[in-house]
Amino acid sequence: MSRTIQWIEIGTIIRSLGCCPSEGELHDLIADVEEEEPTGYIRLEKFLPVMTEVLLERRYRPIPEDILLRAFEVLDPAKRGFLTKEELVKYMTEEGEPFSQEEMEEMLSAAIDPESNSIHYKDYISMMVVDEN
Amino acid sequence: MGCGSSIAKKPRGSDKAIRAAMIIQNWYRSYSARLKVRQRYALTIFQSIEYANEQGQMQLSSFFTFMLENYAKANEKERELVTRIFRNDPQEKDREDYVKMINVPESYNGPRLQFPLTFTDIDLLIEGFKQQKILHAHYVLAVLFEAKKVLMQMPNVSHIKTFPSREITVCGDLHGKLDDLFLIFYKNGLPSEENPYVFNGDFVDRGKNSIEILMILLVTLLVYPNDLHLNRGNHEDFLMNLRYGFTKEIMTKYKLYGGKILKILEEVYTWLPIATVVDNEILILHGGLSESTDLNLLHRIERQKMKSVLIPPISPDEEDMIDSRKNKGGGRKGRTSVILSEQLLQHEWEQLVDILWSDPRGKRGCYPNKSRGGGCYFGPDVTSKILNKYHLKLLVRSHECKPDGYEICHDGKVITVFSASNYYEEGSNRGAYIKLRHCMAPRFIQYQVTKSTCPRTLYQRVNTIEGSAIRMLKERMIARKTDLVRTFEAHDHTKSGKVSLGQWAFSMESVMELNLPWRSLSAHLVNTDKDGKINYMSSFEDVLIQKPVKEVQSSIIETLCRYRSDLKIIFNVIDTDHSGLISVEEFRDMWKLFKTHYSVHIDDSQVDELANKMDLNKDGSIDFNEFLKAFHVVHKFDTK
Repeated sequence: MSRTIQWIEIGTIIRSLGCCPSEGELHDLIADVEEEEPTGYIRLEKFLPVMTEVLLERRYRPIPEDILLRAFEVLDPAKRGFLTKEELVKYMTEEGEPFSQEEMEEMLSAAIDPESNSIHYKDYISMMVVDEN
Repeated sequence: MGCGSSIAKKPRGSDKAIRAAMIIQNWYRSYSARLKVRQRYALTIFQSIEYANEQGQMQLSSFFTFMLENYAKANEKERELVTRIFRNDPQEKDREDYVKMINVPESYNGPRLQFPLTFTDIDLLIEGFKQQKILHAHYVLAVLFEAKKVLMQMPNVSHIKTFPSREITVCGDLHGKLDDLFLIFYKNGLPSEENPYVFNGDFVDRGKNSIEILMILLVTLLVYPNDLHLNRGNHEDFLMNLRYGFTKEIMTKYKLYGGKILKILEEVYTWLPIATVVDNEILILHGGLSESTDLNLLHRIERQKMKSVLIPPISPDEEDMIDSRKNKGGGRKGRTSVILSEQLLQHEWEQLVDILWSDPRGKRGCYPNKSRGGGCYFGPDVTSKILNKYHLKLLVRSHECKPDGYEICHDGKVITVFSASNYYEEGSNRGAYIKLRHCMAPRFIQYQVTKSTCPRTLYQRVNTIEGSAIRMLKERMIARKTDLVRTFEAHDHTKSGKVSLGQWAFSMESVMELNLPWRSLSAHLVNTDKDGKINYMSSFEDVLIQKPVKEVQSSIIETLCRYRSDLKIIFNVIDTDHSGLISVEEFRDMWKLFKTHYSVHIDDSQVDELANKMDLNKDGSIDFNEFLKAFHVVHKFDTK
């Protein structure tokens, strides 16, 4: 066991522990645990205290369901109850911390209603919450 | 400055939309990460169990050695048994004539090959296999004989050049997954003078089209011997095939001639080259390196003497003991010296095992590969040392399944390429191949075969492989129930039926001998009460081993279940005519040897009882496939 991981895996680890940092917050955190001269590898002994603090301070809390719903509603000002595929793709790949093509495809595979080519976000959120539990 | 507080401020205009988008992206990435981690767990489970089985394989190897060592002390029957396993049958020298005698009936509608083979035959073969035809045994045998002749002319290590302007494609393990091979040919074109390929071992076992893949590769080899390069993998081994499915595939598809095919296949394997060197810079071989890897030695050894990783060379002392015994018995002089002259020297054999079985790891140095039971773990320092020693720049190897089909390690000096997508289960991993060109960085192409036309969501895919992995793990647990319960009870002083999570995880790790994240997996494997204590017997509530005979003790059942794969191999080896039957006596003899070597404490009388019961028609022979099938695990609440 080398007790190191590659820096690109840090995000997966933190998120799997229930935290929801943004990409920006993630980069700051990685900078904290990297070596003086970055090798691409993070050592467990450096990561552990930082991660412990994150957990104890309850940083990067998950998004509550109602906030998530409101975020979708912001993107749907006409209050239709859905977003078209084009609209979702535009927002997710052009605004905020843009998705890669792979992330976009992945999200669409579960979110899209193939008949209407749109995302009924309220149902989508409920389904995702059930998935998790 | 978290997202939560910002939303309260309600910034205006497109800022609002940006904030909203960020919330959704953040939430999705977290969800996706949690799913991916579950996928990783599942993969780890599959891989650990796979390697533990390989370890079992090596134990079997030492069992065969044990058998040879006890050869001298053995009785007539046992000696005959061992000789059958280790001696090459000289009577079948001119089997090739046999092939010509096999008739291909008019009614056969599969591919008809014409010798000498041309690219037309490759197309015919692929078309036929796409239509799920089975190639007639006549052609299979003909191809094997021709391929053997061609392979015999090849050196242990092939040297090829890509410049001036060719790209060479390197593919990793295929393991009988024909769809992956078709996909590779579709994306990358068929092999030809302009499109050379290296297939880096493990073409067979596990998947259901091993023979088809082997036929395509060998026919292509015969058509383009300078442009199609095959390296031997650890599964190009007749004893591995007994355990991992290829033998069964052949005997199922070729009921009449399967035995003949298997015999010639044994030899074809031994003639497969060991490694390929591209442009004097890139070393391609199946497993890996060790500290002592000596490429010059590997160029020189008689590779065809490596029959199987499970048959290590017997040492000279044993030879003397056996020889003297022989002379006493009168008359069978020189048989063992024949065996000896047909085997490699110990250090040569070890070098080959290292090449076929080793895995790269981050830790420096070279350590025995405990999880597989053969070869070693080699660190970046070993890679540097060996590559520098022979003025090489890169090692391309396969042997390990990677989630993305390939992985780079050791500062870019080692690339693992694995070409069987969905190896463990649908959705478990992608496959990949590499394009190499002189003076350019390697290019990687990834893919994943999907059965359904409608792509499944990440959630669905993860659920499937997680389910499979947990099932496998539970089956392994039930086969060790007695040991597990004993260990739990040792921690449970108040006999409450409960232990702490820590105690449970510790017990699981020590008994199961699998390096898995037990704490994280506990939710899938066992019930926890509201105080956080583990109800350890709950794991066994929904799984049981079918008892074919009521009177037999649970511990025997568990042992048979646990060693089922090993017993299968042993029985198959005894059953040289592949009839599926062995005599009750042979069963008893083998069981005695097995019992001693594996230190299994089972009453002889109980086994006798079992054997007698299994000899259903009382004719003195046991259908061992039926026998072994009897000890399978039943999932009580199976909806599959």
